[in-house]
Amino acid sequence: MKIALKEIAHARSGDKGDAVNIGLIAREPHYYPILVEQVTAERVKRHFSELCRGPVERYELPNLHALNFVLRQALDGGGTVSLRVDAQGKTYSAALLRMEVDVE
Amino acid sequence: MIRVANGQGFWGDSPEAPLEQMRRGPIDYLTLDYLAEVTLSILQKQRARDPQAGYARDFIDVIETGAADIVTRGIKVVANAGGVNPAACRQAAAAAMDRAGYGGQIPIGVVTGDDIFDSLDDLAARGVELRNLDTGQPLAAIRPRVRSANVYLGAAPIAAALAKGARIAITGRCADAALTLGPAIHEFGWRLDDWDKLASGMVAGHVIECGAQATGGNCQADWESIPDYASIGYPIAEIEADGSFVVTKHQGTGGRVSAAGVTEQLLYEIADPSCYLTPDVAVDFTGLSLIEIGPDRVRVAGARGRPATEFYKVSISYSAGFKAVGALVYGWPDAYRKAKAADQILRTRLERLGLVFEAIHSEFVGAGACHGEILSGEPSPDLPEVMLRVGVRGPDRAPIERFSRQIVPLALNGPPVVTYLSSGRPKVEEVVAYWPALIPKSKLAGRISVEVSV
Repeated sequence: MKIALKEIAHARSGDKGDAVNIGLIAREPHYYPILVEQVTAERVKRHFSELCRGPVERYELPNLHALNFVLRQALDGGGTVSLRVDAQGKTYSAALLRMEVDVE
Repeated sequence: MIRVANGQGFWGDSPEAPLEQMRRGPIDYLTLDYLAEVTLSILQKQRARDPQAGYARDFIDVIETGAADIVTRGIKVVANAGGVNPAACRQAAAAAMDRAGYGGQIPIGVVTGDDIFDSLDDLAARGVELRNLDTGQPLAAIRPRVRSANVYLGAAPIAAALAKGARIAITGRCADAALTLGPAIHEFGWRLDDWDKLASGMVAGHVIECGAQATGGNCQADWESIPDYASIGYPIAEIEADGSFVVTKHQGTGGRVSAAGVTEQLLYEIADPSCYLTPDVAVDFTGLSLIEIGPDRVRVAGARGRPATEFYKVSISYSAGFKAVGALVYGWPDAYRKAKAADQILRTRLERLGLVFEAIHSEFVGAGACHGEILSGEPSPDLPEVMLRVGVRGPDRAPIERFSRQIVPLALNGPPVVTYLSSGRPKVEEVVAYWPALIPKSKLAGRISVEVSV
């Protein structure tokens, strides 16, 4: 069954220069392996193809049942330079939660 | 155990929060974070006009209205309110204590040495290139356009100010979390190479430095069930001598301290969680444990630390041209198509005028502006309204000024059902960009100073 990440995870995003980081947290520990397996850096890069021009890095925090993504060149030059309404990538967390994952 | 409270997550945060933190329950320290990256360039501009300006003026109001609380409750205040003029901030804070009737009673400490704006050429002559961490370019490439340059100092000078008796400690640029670690070092006598403890203090600071983001604000986990946002309590870290701490808030306040919310904040604005670099310690988040030990109480333990690097991070701001952003709102029916058409008309006119920009960007707010059109999908023809928002950016002011005169005429000479006219011509703003760099700690030897006086 395909569901939106929103159903099994929550997230928060913020900016650092032209990069955005998104902390993605499993709502229950048993959802964490789904995140690890399906929410890969490559997939997140494709998901954000319209917003992120640089590479995406992924870090694992099994202790917090969470992943951290860093999206480079993702803010049209950075918070103060960007012409976007979301110049600081505050809503990128929710954008990631749109991604669909397979669950049994 | 010490209770370190945060009463300000950025300059512009709730004016009531610092006072509520002092009055609604017991705390030992009140920390206040005023300095976003953009703030220092604004403050540098203010100081250029007035040598007595250049610090966070809101802080002076906190000191004046909270003077009685500071004195009678014995609360110590640690704030990076000094901006680019900590000495003037100190003077203003002392005057505020005076006006409140407590003049000469409270020792005020000032940490200086972070501001290297006036030393950039001297540092360059000594071989400090301040290469951009992202692009590798040396600072020389933009030297004439630099607006501010500040080193992120750590917790050690804050702890030193407290050790010298300061009950209010004022810094310029420092790592936000150092405002919390400084008091912990001072109170518990932590050694400056006790890496795990320093890491714990930094994690505590990281959790509370953005104010109510640790107590339910911006929390995506079940946000609608979070009680009483209107009276949201700001965070308090109850730090033990071993470095573990409990995140909480005053009883009777709104919001929620949950493991979910604290985890969101732990991951906020970090990169590699196994190596979060701070001036005092390299922090590893991957051994942290979070347990909800009671209502609105989350215990955090397990921070690990490694020696800090030989470098301080430097935040440099520089002028990078001009920008303007204008907006119009189109109403049902076909709101999105009208906004699209208006955008095309505007672009045709700009082209005919021969206006060229480094960037032009159009967004349709209400129809996918935040997440982009691919993720948001095709906008419904029945959208009640859509905001057309167009921004331009470029090195010279004149074309941006001319752009700002082209958007408003669409109120009469473009597609119908258009409003939001009261916003008028968009304002032309200077673009201030960031130049992240590193500086060897040795190059600042002897520059960092801590002074305490009544």
